[in-house]
Amino acid sequence: MTKKIKNLNLNFGPQHPAAHGVLRLILELDGEIVEKADPHIGLLHRGTEKLIENKTYMQAVPYFDRLDYVAPMNQEHAFALAVEKILNLNVPIRAQYIRVIFCEIGRILSHILNVTTQAMDVGALTPTLWGFEEREKLMGFYERVSGSRLHANYFRAGGVHQDLPQGLEEDISKFCDSFPKIINDLESLLTDNRIFKQRNVDIGVVTRQDALDYSFSGVMIRGSGVPWDLRKSQPYDCYENLEFKVPVGKNGDCYDRYLCRIEEMKESVSIIKQCLSKMEKGPIKSLDGKISPPPKKEIKQSMEALIHHFKLFTEGYRVPKDEIYTAVEAPKGEFGVYLISDGSSKPYKCKIRAPGFSHLQSMDYLIKGHMLADVPAVLGSLDIVFGEVDR
Amino acid sequence: MKSLEDLEKKINSGLTTKINKSEIKHNQVYLETDKDHLLDICLFLKTNNDTKFRQLIDITVVDYPERNQRFDIVYLFLSHEFNQRLILKYSITENEVIPSLTSIFPSSNWMEREVFDMYGVTFKDHPDLRRILTDYGFKGHPLRKDFPLTGHSEVRYSEDEKKVISEPVKLEQNFRNFDYESPWEGTKYIKDEIDSNDKKN
Repeated sequence: MTKKIKNLNLNFGPQHPAAHGVLRLILELDGEIVEKADPHIGLLHRGTEKLIENKTYMQAVPYFDRLDYVAPMNQEHAFALAVEKILNLNVPIRAQYIRVIFCEIGRILSHILNVTTQAMDVGALTPTLWGFEEREKLMGFYERVSGSRLHANYFRAGGVHQDLPQGLEEDISKFCDSFPKIINDLESLLTDNRIFKQRNVDIGVVTRQDALDYSFSGVMIRGSGVPWDLRKSQPYDCYENLEFKVPVGKNGDCYDRYLCRIEEMKESVSIIKQCLSKMEKGPIKSLDGKISPPPKKEIKQSMEALIHHFKLFTEGYRVPKDEIYTAVEAPKGEFGVYLISDGSSKPYKCKIRAPGFSHLQSMDYLIKGHMLADVPAVLGSLDIVFGEVDR
Repeated sequence: MKSLEDLEKKINSGLTTKINKSEIKHNQVYLETDKDHLLDICLFLKTNNDTKFRQLIDITVVDYPERNQRFDIVYLFLSHEFNQRLILKYSITENEVIPSLTSIFPSSNWMEREVFDMYGVTFKDHPDLRRILTDYGFKGHPLRKDFPLTGHSEVRYSEDEKKVISEPVKLEQNFRNFDYESPWEGTKYIKDEIDSNDKKN
């Protein structure tokens, strides 16, 4: 008697903790080997791009927080830069340093989350507990500067919303002194851990050529040995004045990407330290009254300030007709904004280029031939956040 | 390291008549072309040793409903070797079918699916042209300018039918799109006067 063997179709997600959000992954399994993976995305689609077309430039900023919600300010940065380039605005140097500090805090936030949850996906619980304590401190900094722990809405075209509150610089600096020890603790748990290595080394290997073909960026391309970091190659804000290294992997597997992220966190700490030491007192947003709202005190006394305030918060500022693509190195890769302005106070079109979108696309190619248990490991090292994939 | 001007010249001499317009602004090269030349140009940009645009960053569409050629298809390229960016675009009418880039850039697969989903532009020779971001069974193309912001239908759980149902959108208050005229430039009749004066000068 012969038995017919049929491949098994497995529905992974959308409510699965290792799916990192709402990913529905349809896997075709031959025994325990994955033959095909078909990600179904869009379960968190909120129509961000459509909404931005109907809001003024200032009202569009909060939508960027809600894309990659573990590193909100990095995305606001891309939008702010795009608008600034069209308006030809100069950003005061203090504002540039503040923005870079908070972008690097965002990078650490995102990398802690990714490294520790990836460890959890492959069976280690402690790193998550240790790492999240640090994330809590960082989100505390977010709260002190913007009023909210996650959805900051802090960057503006021309600078930032408010100056740092008193004592924040010292506290961030204290954090920078204590944090490297935590990274070392995390590393002592994971880097040489036998189980962690067995689950990650030689899993999800991306060759250099494929990393280019599949539009990878960020850690995904650096892990495969391409030294490409937009902070170095196309520097924006004050990154030119800062010294940092770009960690590059060798084998392009999950383990190399983990190592890159750990090293990047160390570099981020050094960048924050440099910014804190170089920062001087000064204005924190553009002094152009047609773009930045006036200080509260002035509104009470000056008619002009009152009118500016009123117009900025009803009509908003106008942006001349132009077309631009601007990208920043977000923690997950190249986050870009393709902005078309038509001279009115609302963007005509705002396409958001999310790094996770092209990373997730390669899921089928990455997982083919791996075991079912490797799916969470690969997914974890892709660093997917559904806010930005689905937009 | 070559300058953008060199790159622009190189592209124009390599592709001659296929480029309708080229321009450099914001440190990027902007090219305009026709639908028929798309594949040739992309292949040239990717393989030529002086351009090496090995990475396709994104594909998107801009909708101008008042134009005859309604959609602008936009491709963003990046060259790691020369650290340069390039934006390529062409216009099509509403029902035109355009060639897929999947044979040259594998990453264009999902990007084209997104364009199809959001704007209803169809691609020839695409391996798997399904909707990607919208719901299963969704109707319409949300990023078109004539698609209302509030959409056509909403879903909710119906206690009577014991399942999730989809029904036409009912809003207590419609989305209000205010038009604020700017006193900075004066009201409309003054603006017209200023404009006509500007033209005279």
